Amino acid sequence: MPTNLASGAEYATVGQRRWVWPGFALPGVLWLILLFLVPFYAVFAIAMGQLDPILQRATPEWNPFYWDLTVIGEAFAELFGGQLGVIALRTLAYVFIASLFCVLVGYPVAYFVSRKAGRWRWLWLLLILAPFWINYLMRMMSWVNLLSPDGQVNRWLTTIAGWFSVAFTPPDWLAGNHVVVILGLVYGYIPFFILPLFAALDRIDEATLEASRDLGASNAQTFWRVTWPLSRNGVLGGLVIIMLPMFGDYYTPNLLSGSPRTRMYGNTIDQYINQTTSGGAVGAALTIILMIFIAGLMVYYLRSINRASQEARE
Amino acid sequence: MTSTSPSRVRSAISNPWGKSRMLPLVTLLYVLWSIIPVGIAVLFSFNSGRSRSTWQGFSTRWYVGDPAAAESVLYDPSLRFALNQSLKLAILTMLVATPIGVALALGLARWRGRGVKASNLLMLIPLVTPEIVMGVALFLVFAEVYDFVPFGTWTQFLGHVTFSISFVVIIVRGRLFAIGRDYEEAAMDLGASQFEAMRRVLLPLLAPALLASLAIVFAISIDDFVISQFLIGGAESVTIPVQLYSGARLAPPPSLNALATILMVVTIGAIVVAGLLFRALNKRSGGEGSAIESVAGLEM
Repeated sequence: MPTNLASGAEYATVGQRRWVWPGFALPGVLWLILLFLVPFYAVFAIAMGQLDPILQRATPEWNPFYWDLTVIGEAFAELFGGQLGVIALRTLAYVFIASLFCVLVGYPVAYFVSRKAGRWRWLWLLLILAPFWINYLMRMMSWVNLLSPDGQVNRWLTTIAGWFSVAFTPPDWLAGNHVVVILGLVYGYIPFFILPLFAALDRIDEATLEASRDLGASNAQTFWRVTWPLSRNGVLGGLVIIMLPMFGDYYTPNLLSGSPRTRMYGNTIDQYINQTTSGGAVGAALTIILMIFIAGLMVYYLRSINRASQEARE
Repeated sequence: MTSTSPSRVRSAISNPWGKSRMLPLVTLLYVLWSIIPVGIAVLFSFNSGRSRSTWQGFSTRWYVGDPAAAESVLYDPSLRFALNQSLKLAILTMLVATPIGVALALGLARWRGRGVKASNLLMLIPLVTPEIVMGVALFLVFAEVYDFVPFGTWTQFLGHVTFSISFVVIIVRGRLFAIGRDYEEAAMDLGASQFEAMRRVLLPLLAPALLASLAIVFAISIDDFVISQFLIGGAESVTIPVQLYSGARLAPPPSLNALATILMVVTIGAIVVAGLLFRALNKRSGGEGSAIESVAGLEM
């Protein structure tokens, strides 16, 4: 019980009603057990369950002692030496390149809006927040419009080629172009990188930077030795926030390419779960592999959220 | 920082690509790059022709035009159903997830005993779980375990509430810590019971957070794609984002852009209304912090 009780009367009330606060938490906790914890465990139970010999569909095996590792073993074999390995490497490459671009573009933007935007700061802030209220699929659809064979991009390129009388065949941007998919990922996720970084940069006390300059540091020195170290957690936080969904993304490559050349790991999961009726066990095994891979990122993110809410408490 | 001392001007002239010029330029280009494609998509929802790349004049035909042709959002059944489904899910989710989340936040903040740590962890994990993982897990559990729940609106609703609860807890908990227990204790010293103190003191103080939760849950539910798609039942449970996903590559008419634009306006509308009410309530109950910063913080 809290020690800073105001009066004995309250102590008695609270003492009698010990069940009150757990009672408040109960519906939410039950909901999350039934619709988060059980489903989470069901992924394991189904990936390592038995295959129904007649219906050829997965039956969950809830007891870990009877787990059958055949399906997940095959998935691992595919990962190390099969087609799935190629897809996983491609996903890694896409995510790393896209994240790098997010840092290179996002850092200057967040830095400018948080520290140098001056009088129009609110407007800049509104503009970098705008993508949050526009649906991701709408933002991707806008690029599908622009990049379609008869879209604006090809029109402009044809016009420009016309000025210089260069022969120009409009390419089909949406048929398996790596650059288009990576740029789509950057376009889709960069706002989610900028915002936490903005918050981290915004928290840096101006006095700290002035102190650095007063002590004789140049602007560049101040940036590299004060601002950058103080914003490093914001960069890491932003990276985790964008990398987690990017590793499981399937809609961006599907919309902007749809070709097997640009298939990502999430596309394989989507294929087994949403496009076949008997792929449940394989889909579950692929999801477990994905979770093993991103567990580190999830734990990092979990700890930073937990730390933030502990700080809010104090 | 914005003062223009002579040396600063001189350095800006001698080095126009110095940091002071590059930063606003990069930011401006970024903002243009992020807004213009969407702006063009919105523009072409008002095209009078069928093309999504050649401008043929202004018209609202893709929004409300011609019942007989059935090609506007209002009269094309598939587009109208998607709009209905998205709104229905968002409103249901908002009304169910908010009270559950508020109660959970109160419980977790004040319950001192065994189980609180585990419950807290259980509440936080959905926030860091990628949507595809949650989508697969919910799909499999409804397919193989809770198979009495039919795929469609029901599964989508249950899924949306599941990922929304934690957001409500985080929003409300921040406010709860800021309020502290002093006001309630004062009310109880003055003779109020615990429930009276809660109803007449704590709830009014929590009103801004409640409102913010309603708005955020509405926005994340109407915005959701992955969970809605994994838990879809059939044509009748297609939501707007699912419709955008399945229609975008099929050379659709500008009515798809119109549907997307409506979704954008509804989302922004919900946030703006909530922001204004939030400010009014916050002023009344003496809170601090601007609405825009709160909303920005919430996305985290």
